Amino acid sequence: MPPKAAMPRQPIAPNLPDDVAARVRQVIDERRHLPGALLPVLHAVQDALGYVPDDAVPLIAHELNLSRAEVHGVVSFYHHFRTHAPGRHVVRICRAEACQALGARALEAHAKKTLGIDFHETTNDGAITLEAVYCLGNCGCGPSVLVDPDELHARVTPEQFDALVGTLREVAK
Amino acid sequence: MTARIFISRDSTALALGADATARAIEAEARKRGMDVTIVRNGSRGMFWLEPLVEIDAPAGRIGFGPIKASDVPALFDAGFERGNVHGLRVGPIEMIPYFERQERLTFARVGVTDPVSVDDYRAHGGYRGLDNALAMGGEDIVKAVTESGLRGRGGAAFPAGIKWKTVLGTQSQQKYIVCNADEGDSGTFSDRMLMEGDPLCLVEGMTIAGLAVGATQGYIYLRSEYPHAHRALSEAIASAYEAGYLGPSIKGTSKRFDLEVRLGAGAYICGEETSLLDSLEGKRGQVRFKPPLPAIKGLFGQPTVINNVITLASVPIILDRGAEFYKDYGVGRSRGTLPLQLAGNLKHTGLVEKAFGVTLRELLYDYGGGSYSGRPIRAVQVGGPLGAYLPESQFDTVVDYEAFAQVGAMLGHGGIVAFDDTVDMLEQARYAMEFCSIESCGKCTPCRIGSTRGVEVLDRIRAGIERDKNIVVLKDLFETMRFGSLCAMGGLTPDPVRSALQYFPEDFEVRA
Repeated sequence: MPPKAAMPRQPIAPNLPDDVAARVRQVIDERRHLPGALLPVLHAVQDALGYVPDDAVPLIAHELNLSRAEVHGVVSFYHHFRTHAPGRHVVRICRAEACQALGARALEAHAKKTLGIDFHETTNDGAITLEAVYCLGNCGCGPSVLVDPDELHARVTPEQFDALVGTLREVAK
Repeated sequence: MTARIFISRDSTALALGADATARAIEAEARKRGMDVTIVRNGSRGMFWLEPLVEIDAPAGRIGFGPIKASDVPALFDAGFERGNVHGLRVGPIEMIPYFERQERLTFARVGVTDPVSVDDYRAHGGYRGLDNALAMGGEDIVKAVTESGLRGRGGAAFPAGIKWKTVLGTQSQQKYIVCNADEGDSGTFSDRMLMEGDPLCLVEGMTIAGLAVGATQGYIYLRSEYPHAHRALSEAIASAYEAGYLGPSIKGTSKRFDLEVRLGAGAYICGEETSLLDSLEGKRGQVRFKPPLPAIKGLFGQPTVINNVITLASVPIILDRGAEFYKDYGVGRSRGTLPLQLAGNLKHTGLVEKAFGVTLRELLYDYGGGSYSGRPIRAVQVGGPLGAYLPESQFDTVVDYEAFAQVGAMLGHGGIVAFDDTVDMLEQARYAMEFCSIESCGKCTPCRIGSTRGVEVLDRIRAGIERDKNIVVLKDLFETMRFGSLCAMGGLTPDPVRSALQYFPEDFEVRA
């Protein structure tokens, strides 16, 4: 049998820009020693890039010695991880029971209508991404809204929501 | 002497403007050339007073609240730093009836101390439990926890001592202590308040658990929705390492314990212990078959103690004051205290730590002060999204694991969510199914598909399509989910739906 010609080596993540790939590699290098490193790595990637790009999945898989299916399975399992770049601000509205008891359903409907988007979508001006969240632990003072990583708002009325969005749009400029 | 002013760093206090209040007080004090130290403590758990500002006075801590940033100059004008009378003065905090009538054991320091200071923690009785534990053998520690009657506070109420004993008796090179801090039930926030208000208590409890069973590594699996708890825990763990309470040689002994916080990623199911373990291992958070029990094959296949935050945080006081002291609180087989969380449509929401035995009605009206909206309370959901909805006729149920089970309900993690008479119980039932369909791990069919079918059936009932037949289908679905699901998620999702149908049948009638 004739010897097989060596296959040309394919880049692991061909569609990932070099600078992004370097960033992802760095994040992985800082955490690969952790037992069960995948979740900490995905958190760090999302913290650094705002999302976990599909194109980064092969790189993460390769570096952690996992299959792409395993990494994709984990990214898609957890609500927290997004695979598309968010707007400049992420606004999360609590949908859970304690907030429902104080008007969260009406707030959710109001938010979708005034922003003109559904959950997991971004406004046309790129300012706001709307997401659902199931409990922020602020169950005594709902409806609760979380802006970006840690700015929590209590007893949010539709009017206050509009004011909040107005402020975020200003900041976004 | 520098005046000490306390303003909470608790999430709810922050959501109500505590940071702005703290900044205003700092600025005002500087303007007036006054020397003040601001301590960012936990919350006392009286949310209608947040942002609560407390000062040290000869007679004890005097509170003012709620204090918005705009109230601050007037507060200084009235000489509040010396505890003088002011319109928003609520007086000595510990004499407020809501607070005075509680039995604060696990929450004794929350809202009192600087949460991340080891010195402050020690000055208020902290680490006395660990001191005792260091002088005891593992068997004796486990015996104390067993004798205290402490049951898992996460919801399942399994005796903590029995779990620990199993891990202690299983031989292995490596064992783990895992804290379940994935407090996903709506209406619950006691874990969060403890982690933000007294995180060292959890650190101490986990360290004691490590000594008890011979585990050297602990993980706190914290939900990602709790960024402020994450910050407080990280600071507290760093302080504990610095003070020699964590690391290779605990307080100079040959005992080792290391502790790390890991973040979840927004999956309710990861509050189920075996899903949590899979998640910690870096996988999808899917439920495992049991056996093997986590106590025998848990994290990375090793013997693992996995307990809820409040369970572990109740351990220091048991080791400090003794099993008998703790056991003296409570009724029947429910011993000790339970931090109850008053949430939803109530006037006085917050945290009430009481010995078992208080009634739901007392909690709703004597503590909660009735509804926030001023309308009648129609329904109460206890125990999170998998808990039953109870009508007024059940409000005399006693807070006790067995008493709740008797009325087809569940105490769970102690969250109490009140709804006024504007609630549509069919909508709540539909949401219970919808939530299960969103959060199901997908491993078993009754949960994954059953919940989806449940939403559809309830939509048909709402639309008046063959209502009676669909009620039969719905009840059949309850049985399939209850008996066919792998874990409590699918197994208990029928409970809120069934109870809504049972107690509020009028909401399931065809609308005229």
